[in-house]
Amino acid sequence: MTTQAQAQTVFQEAAVHNLDKNSRKGRARRPRPAGSRTSFTLFLCIVPFLILAFLFSYLPLYGWIYSLYDYKPALGLEGSEFVGLQWFQMLVSSPTQMAQIGQVLMNTLAISFLGIATSVLPLFFAILLNEVKAPWFRNSVQTLTALPNFISWVLVYMIAFSLFSSSGLVNDVLNDAGLITTPIKFLDSDQNVWITMTLWSIWKGLGWGAIIYLASIAGIDQSLYESARIDGAGRFQLMRYITVPQLMPTYLVLLLLSIANILNNGMEQYYVFQNAFNKEWIQVLDLYVYNIGMTGNSLSLATAIGMLKSLISVALLLTVNAVSKRVRGESIV
Amino acid sequence: MTTTMTRTLTTAKRGDTSARYRATVGDVLFRIANYALFLLFAIICAYPFYYLIINSVSANDVSALGDVRLWPVGFHLSNYTQVFQLPGLPMATVVSVGRTVIGTVLTVLASAFLGFMFTQTRMWGRKFWYRFLIITMYFSAGLIPVFIIMKTLGLTNNFWVYVLPFVVQPFNVILAKTYVESMPRELQEAAEVDGANILQVFFRVYLPNMTPILATIAIFSAVTQWNSFQDTLIYITDQSLYTLQYLLYMFINQASSLAQAAQNAGGNLGQIAGVATQQTPTSIRMTVSVLVVLPIIFIYPLFQRFFVKGIMLGAVKG
Repeated sequence: MTTQAQAQTVFQEAAVHNLDKNSRKGRARRPRPAGSRTSFTLFLCIVPFLILAFLFSYLPLYGWIYSLYDYKPALGLEGSEFVGLQWFQMLVSSPTQMAQIGQVLMNTLAISFLGIATSVLPLFFAILLNEVKAPWFRNSVQTLTALPNFISWVLVYMIAFSLFSSSGLVNDVLNDAGLITTPIKFLDSDQNVWITMTLWSIWKGLGWGAIIYLASIAGIDQSLYESARIDGAGRFQLMRYITVPQLMPTYLVLLLLSIANILNNGMEQYYVFQNAFNKEWIQVLDLYVYNIGMTGNSLSLATAIGMLKSLISVALLLTVNAVSKRVRGESIV
Repeated sequence: MTTTMTRTLTTAKRGDTSARYRATVGDVLFRIANYALFLLFAIICAYPFYYLIINSVSANDVSALGDVRLWPVGFHLSNYTQVFQLPGLPMATVVSVGRTVIGTVLTVLASAFLGFMFTQTRMWGRKFWYRFLIITMYFSAGLIPVFIIMKTLGLTNNFWVYVLPFVVQPFNVILAKTYVESMPRELQEAAEVDGANILQVFFRVYLPNMTPILATIAIFSAVTQWNSFQDTLIYITDQSLYTLQYLLYMFINQASSLAQAAQNAGGNLGQIAGVATQQTPTSIRMTVSVLVVLPIIFIYPLFQRFFVKGIMLGAVKG
């Protein structure tokens, strides 16, 4: 269906293109409807938006040269000293810096891998929810479980704080029940940071993540189920041999995208949850760049790290795209 | 026996084929486990919100002890009138609402306009400029270079830093463009025969007919704007430009200054406020949280059906 539509558009474009060529050759000019504009005027209409895209996406790329300077904001680029590749060398030369970067990379990759490992959960969630037949229950579950997706990480942290801090609800209840005598430090601890961060991501994203799979399930050809049932397939066989294989293409696309984004965890979640106790295990690359650049004022070093991260991410994206093209015959970007 | 019959009949009427045969013991067990699982997860997702709400309307001395767990104790609404006396909170509300409204309107208009314009095959360099926009989805120069550019452009400590970077969003442009492509081309031809220029065609003919996709873009953009926290953190030091999210974050982290603010706010109302309604750090946190989340709780269920349909359409088509 999509391919057809695409083909159609291509044909239309080709037709228009030919027309234009013909008119240039001086053959019968296509009569322009009154009020229509020339192609360049059309372009002028979108220029303001192109400028915005240029300012906020392309122009910052120029800022990568700050990684070659010892940039001091007060002096400006002219006043700052040109240091060549010093920052890049520093990343690999000093053992303390190496150890720090190593830890940050480990956190980044560990949290990303946990995210990828748990990315099958929305798929299971959708398959199981599809077995729920009462519409009111189904809809309520869908609404309530997708709700956390729409709140900010600050509010998630507020919820975590009121439920899991030393004086929070969970510790209170456990204490009242006589199960513990000293509060468990859920938040101010360096234990299991990667796992708790993953759990919060699951809490926030699971219900919403399932929606795309629920939509795909709704799109599966019902005759597949009919014929399997006639062949005597049970509930679990239907899931195993029809639903799961039918959802695989969607799952694979999302999986490849998350692999391409393995270095991009974002920083908001980790910023709000970071404290003196868990700092070592929670600093992912994005947060690390913020911490050394904005708080530590090592703008040039932070630029260098951010630049390497961006380059690796784009390379990863192109790689998984090539893999997808070869394996599935479809590109994902 | 009769109940099974009735159930079979009703389910059959709904066109549900899976329940036509008689349920085995395994089926029943599976169904119970399944419902229990979803009930549990729904509670885990919903209870925290309920907890914030009941605590914000309970007696503040009780909620400070963490004793409000299942229903409100000593119901009162004065927290909501009192938090607005906290320094900075009314302004933060104005900023949050302002960026959400202005940001959403601009994003929706820009996405619709660009989506429409990129279907104009006559446009000079159309394919090139389309790629120029779409490519920005896949790379970012990084936090620091972007920060330096914003500073150079004079956007730090400036309200427009909340809005301008969000105006052109490639993904929304793709959505709008795909939608326009699904509309009949004759719409434009007819309007042009009637003498409409390109802007008239867009505003009078296309825009009013794009409501479903624009509503989707609008709700996502509004949620993003309302929830955004990082841009205040990075670009803003001027307190009059703080957002509600940022203020909430400060309220969680600055217990001592919060207690001070609470006492000041309480002092203003000294005579009428009893112990039960005296502000505490807990009551302030809970109340501001509810203020932050309430718009989402109200609006989201209204739109939920809509997203599901939108996504479903995409998934079925793709």
